[in-house]
Amino acid sequence: MASLRALVGCKRVIDYAVKIRVKPDNMGVVTEGIKHSMNPFDEIALEEAVRMKEKKIVSEIVAVSCGPPECQETLRTALAMGADRAIHVEIKGEEYQGLQPLAVSKMLAKLIQNEKVDIAFFGKQAIDDDSNQTGQMVASLLDWPQATFASKIETEGSDTLKVMREIDGGLEHIKVKLPAVVTADLRLNEPRYATLPNIMKAKKKPFSKMSSEELGVDIKPRLQVKSVVDPPVREAGSTVENVDELITKLKDVGVV
Amino acid sequence: MATLIGKTFSQATRSFLKASNWSRLASSLVIAEHNGSDVVPLTYNSIGAAKQLGGDVTVLVAGKDCSNVSKQLAQAEGVSKLLVAQNDIFDGFLAETLTPLILETQKQFNFTHILAGAGAFGKNLIPRLAAKLDVAPISDIIGINGEREFVRTIYAGNAIQTVTSSDPVSLITVRGTAFPPSGPTGGSANIEDAPSVAVSYDLSKFEGQELSISERPELTAAKAVISGGRGMKNGENFELLYNLADKLGAAVGASRAAVDAGYVPNDMQVGQTGKIVAPELYIAVGISGAIQHLAGMKDSKVIVAINKDPDAPIFQVADFGLVEDLFKAVPELTEKL
Repeated sequence: MASLRALVGCKRVIDYAVKIRVKPDNMGVVTEGIKHSMNPFDEIALEEAVRMKEKKIVSEIVAVSCGPPECQETLRTALAMGADRAIHVEIKGEEYQGLQPLAVSKMLAKLIQNEKVDIAFFGKQAIDDDSNQTGQMVASLLDWPQATFASKIETEGSDTLKVMREIDGGLEHIKVKLPAVVTADLRLNEPRYATLPNIMKAKKKPFSKMSSEELGVDIKPRLQVKSVVDPPVREAGSTVENVDELITKLKDVGVV
Repeated sequence: MATLIGKTFSQATRSFLKASNWSRLASSLVIAEHNGSDVVPLTYNSIGAAKQLGGDVTVLVAGKDCSNVSKQLAQAEGVSKLLVAQNDIFDGFLAETLTPLILETQKQFNFTHILAGAGAFGKNLIPRLAAKLDVAPISDIIGINGEREFVRTIYAGNAIQTVTSSDPVSLITVRGTAFPPSGPTGGSANIEDAPSVAVSYDLSKFEGQELSISERPELTAAKAVISGGRGMKNGENFELLYNLADKLGAAVGASRAAVDAGYVPNDMQVGQTGKIVAPELYIAVGISGAIQHLAGMKDSKVIVAINKDPDAPIFQVADFGLVEDLFKAVPELTEKL
């Protein structure tokens, strides 16, 4: 099984710890000068690919990111974490503003075919648009099986993955035949940190750049953003002194 | 078309169409979620959302065993047609086997909207279907402004985005807490067989489930929710929350920190990537209130925070905050209620 080729989708997003601000024109959120990092779920997806490589199940890991030139930093991180090479599909300016999961999925599906990938890893969702669509759509476009919200992945024989999935009421077990798409849930693993020597080594790893035109994908947005606004603000609450006062207040508003 | 509308629809419908400037009447397909014996409550919220679109609501129930669920759904308020696809191949409700069935159904009926609840089932299925239809799906909607205009949250609920779709059919997952459920009775839908498809699929296989057994109400549907965080210190201490929950008829949830520490199973997680709840009463116990947790509960009607750290961010969203050691406050609260 040591010949599986893996692809990992790595999205550059506003860092999860940043408190975002809505733009004054209500058309988006402020991204200039804001700390960005790799989508946390993509780090988990990448970590899983790297662990499979360490177990000699996977032979090569290709990290891919679609977006502005800054995505190169995200891909360098991926290389430092253990990806073998990176592909940056550069999409700038207005086109990037309108880039949506369907277009990204089409580009990824094309790359997967071009690169003869056997297993594609994605995060279950990006923490910016919160869509939770890309992995499923890539699987659909390729007619591959999908194992979404994976919290445990094992191999069975040379062509099957046993996947434990996180579902609403608990856990679910499925088997998928390769080639397949897997999307990582939080509890799949604990991603490693890139060490300084690996960050240095990552600078020498192969890095290629391409465009959506080269992939032959139309990336025009299908959804038009009409507005982006702040959520309603909750009215300030009060502090109660003790449990008795809490109970009185809860009774006053009629919830107990 | 105009004359057809003029002849067929009532004055009220016409003025409604004019007022909202919607091009045509919606016809929606709701994909039912069930477990073989009962309808998952989220399905009724999806039917509720479909009703807001106007037009006929058709529900598709597929599975290995649909008999009982079909009976339940045929009575659901507002459902005009129930399509049933009973086949062993749908065991486990795999997206790979359901997709060809729904594509065939769509080919036959040409719905303007296809909806499912934004749970693990709908999130797994709808994007796969959307890519086959070459449309951009719209995830986890919280509002419907028009036939092709939807409201959803982004950035862990820290911004609200309104989008319009230019696709001929909208594929949507529905946030249950944002739409009132359609009544489980009062309707009488026509039951028909769903279009038959020759599905033989062996690339993926359902192997079984390990469900958390709980006597308490289901987290996303409960009127009251009590959640514990890292401050609970261990899994045994959650007993304190269960005792209080039983007193209030509440469900018990948890923060990611409590789940990651192994105190409780992951399906109890409330937050951006766990369950989204909006009960009448949410009690956060030993939870600091990270952005990702707030995303899952800040639409609750009344929020109570019990935390010994007066600077915990949770107090900024709490209606009533109690700065006290939870190991003292929670038992006292349970006793006095």
